Amino acid sequence: MQVTREKQDRAESSPQTVAEAPFPTEKGRSAGQIAIEMTRKVAPDEARAVKARAENLSFFYASVQALKSVSIEIRDKQVTALIGPSGCGKSTFLRCFNRMHDLTPETRYAGRVMLYPDEIDLVSRKVDPIEVRMRIGMVFQKPNPFPKSIFENVAYGLRVRGMRAKVLVEEEVEKALRGAALWDEVKDRLNSSGLSLSGGQQQRLCIARALATNPEILLFDEPTSALDPIATARIEELISELRDKVTVIIVTHNMQQAARVSDYTAFMYLGELIEFDETSQLFTNPSKKATEDYITGRYG
Amino acid sequence: MSTAATISTFRPSPTALRLRKVRDRIIESGLLVAALVAVFTTVAIVVVLVYESIPFFKAVPIKDFLTDTMWTPLFAEARYGILPLVAGTLVTTMVALAVAIPAGTIIAIYLSEFAPFKLRETIKPCLELLGAVPTVVYGYFALMMVTPFLQKFMPDLPGFNMLSAGLVIGIMIIPYVASVSEDAMRAVPNYMREGSYAMGATRFQTATRVVVPGAISGIAAAYILGISRAVGETMVVAVAAGLQPNLTWNPTESAATITAFIVQVSLGDLPHDSIGYQSIFAAGLVLMLMTLVFNIAGFALTRKFREAY
Amino acid sequence: MNAAVISVPADSIRAGVSRRKILDRVFVMIGLCFLFGALLILVILFLDLVRDGSAKLTWDFLTSFPSRNAGRAGILSAWVGTSLIMLVTAAVAMPVGVAAAVYLEEYAPKNWMTAVIEINVTNLAGVPSIIYGLLALGLFVYQFNLGQSIAAAGLTLALLILPIVIVATREAVRAVPREIREAAYALGATRWEVTAHHVLPYSVGGILTGMIIGLSRAIGETAPLITIGALSFIAFLPESPFSSEFPFFSFAWLSEAFTAMPIQMFNWVSRPDPAFQVNAAAAGAILLGMTLLMNGIAIYVRYRYRKKINW
Repeated sequence: MQVTREKQDRAESSPQTVAEAPFPTEKGRSAGQIAIEMTRKVAPDEARAVKARAENLSFFYASVQALKSVSIEIRDKQVTALIGPSGCGKSTFLRCFNRMHDLTPETRYAGRVMLYPDEIDLVSRKVDPIEVRMRIGMVFQKPNPFPKSIFENVAYGLRVRGMRAKVLVEEEVEKALRGAALWDEVKDRLNSSGLSLSGGQQQRLCIARALATNPEILLFDEPTSALDPIATARIEELISELRDKVTVIIVTHNMQQAARVSDYTAFMYLGELIEFDETSQLFTNPSKKATEDYITGRYG
Repeated sequence: MSTAATISTFRPSPTALRLRKVRDRIIESGLLVAALVAVFTTVAIVVVLVYESIPFFKAVPIKDFLTDTMWTPLFAEARYGILPLVAGTLVTTMVALAVAIPAGTIIAIYLSEFAPFKLRETIKPCLELLGAVPTVVYGYFALMMVTPFLQKFMPDLPGFNMLSAGLVIGIMIIPYVASVSEDAMRAVPNYMREGSYAMGATRFQTATRVVVPGAISGIAAAYILGISRAVGETMVVAVAAGLQPNLTWNPTESAATITAFIVQVSLGDLPHDSIGYQSIFAAGLVLMLMTLVFNIAGFALTRKFREAY
Repeated sequence: MNAAVISVPADSIRAGVSRRKILDRVFVMIGLCFLFGALLILVILFLDLVRDGSAKLTWDFLTSFPSRNAGRAGILSAWVGTSLIMLVTAAVAMPVGVAAAVYLEEYAPKNWMTAVIEINVTNLAGVPSIIYGLLALGLFVYQFNLGQSIAAAGLTLALLILPIVIVATREAVRAVPREIREAAYALGATRWEVTAHHVLPYSVGGILTGMIIGLSRAIGETAPLITIGALSFIAFLPESPFSSEFPFFSFAWLSEAFTAMPIQMFNWVSRPDPAFQVNAAAAGAILLGMTLLMNGIAIYVRYRYRKKINW
């Protein structure tokens, strides 16, 4: 019974061919053109404060240096994207923000990542990684809901923080599911397993799960690379809507996605920050040749 | 699609966080203690064996222990040569290996290279069952079925003999030898087999000329671990091979192994401080050293074949 | 100058191939013979036990005490003893084994201490069971003053099956995918919360399988129990754990003398009187039946559990 329901869900939410997709296909247009066409009508808000600042952040896997003195400013309630070819260190950089590297042995941070307004150095040895993860949320590349019910998936972060009142938990779960644009689809089956959802729905469930804990920064690690185009489009729309409500840092290997979704973009290569600018500037008028070569597809 | 107007805040208090950390530390210490039980057990085994044997070795010179040909600690004129027990152990082990090595290897080759998938999956658990039978039941089997059966061909075979016991021990360790060998053979990468098949070799040729040599360290590990198990086996020999130490290399005679001797003494009533009581620890020490050597060799070889691929 | 060409006529190639293919088929037959021969032995063993002991496989047998009269002897005290010992074994081996495995899989850093622990676990799996008996004799019976009791027996067997439980639990824990752990950590869970809320609940099937297999091994162990002084002529039962007055549960039975099923069988097999051999066969049939049943249950649990969780 479970299996056929799964198939039905998937069939309903993802049509079989790209031709049926409501989004136009992307062949033959440069990232710059797309950025101009699809740039949001609202430009980045210059008045936003700095939420976090990486100051000469370096990272080492044993003796290999994966990040070389990266300094980036993350603006409050704006979307910052990290792009670059495979192996450039963008995921490594992202995972410094919530200390996920602490789970791997023989790793070392150098430099600082200051979180404002509390002025906490996120990568300092004196700061407990659990505390960091209480403030910073993450959505992973492959959707990874727990094998629990949809409700329990979203509620887990709240339970870990000690929220007990049933009514309160239910409220927060609904808010988070609405925030992830999933409420209408699952409100009648909150008790069914999280794994019974389609790939795109599962990823939105993971977003809801992270949103429920009200993170100060929400990290997205290539959130759509495992999804089909329809699901990808919905997630991108969602991220655009989270702007002004949540500070987002998103790593993506898809330049057009960065252009569509972000306010600021950082281009990284071989562990170094090459260029960091407002998205529209970076894509239409990059100041470094390396950036221009990458976004025009000379290498990837 | 509407998004929430506000996402409210809920943070746990600092004291709650600190309590969680303390709780986590306590639990981690508890888990570590549990893990250290394994180390404690090994240490305890060594300590007990050595400590209880010290009085024995004070009374019996090592030279006599290692070279005397009679083991009669419970007699009035006690002799303390371990050789009869060691001989008994070795003879039964060799008989067991004569059964287990060919049978185990052939079964392993068959399962790994020839058997269809479904057959392998259904047969393997059944084979494991063979190794799960209580050893005292195997002892009964050796005494009541194998010995009478053998006596049909060898009328002079005594009721207690090392041959039946050895054969049954061999049957008992077949699953063990077969499964470790099979693991080793399956670890040989497929491209080696494909290279052989592509040259027109049959399955048998591939198995014997490519797979077995490629898995040789794992197969050797299987044999050595099998030896270790045969050496440590107690009940089959206690029931079917007799409890009288007897220095002989003839499997058709009855003899006691190191393990059977320990059983025999334990069945009786010996005061805590008597040399008879201490002798079982001395015997146990020898047994422990023998199996330790085989285990170390076996595991070193296992690591070697695991790393090679 | 033409190089000499070795030409092999097609016929002889074909003949060679069919010769080798025959060898293949012969080997398959030999392999099947050995394989089914080994299994056949198991079947013969079981059937023979049942046949030899059939006269005594009666309800009376299960409810009588051992006796010098072979006809009246039964295994009541033996199977009660085995059950009580298994209670202690399970109660000790399960928590210690699972805790140790969880530590090794989730907490242990990659240092020398962890390596030492792991080497010890592997080594203990290969130690002969009678050595555990000697350990228990020196340590539990005398040093800890537990005497020749059910408690000592249970502890000994718990140590014996500890490696089995640890290995099975480690495998079950390792099967939980990394992504689940990452998601939980990213939400701010501590290591224990990740273990208790996510890893352990999904490992239960594998842990249970390991426990059942361990217990099935412990039931058949004779040598360690003999060494610590199991008696084979106990004509009374230990005091029941349950009593009718407060506090309704007593631990007195832990310190009582004990016997067990394999001990009883060993004792009977060692007697020359053929009537006792019948008893031994009956006891053996029951023992073997229990072992096979438990292994069957373990295999079934493992199968059901694998089907239930589809990551």
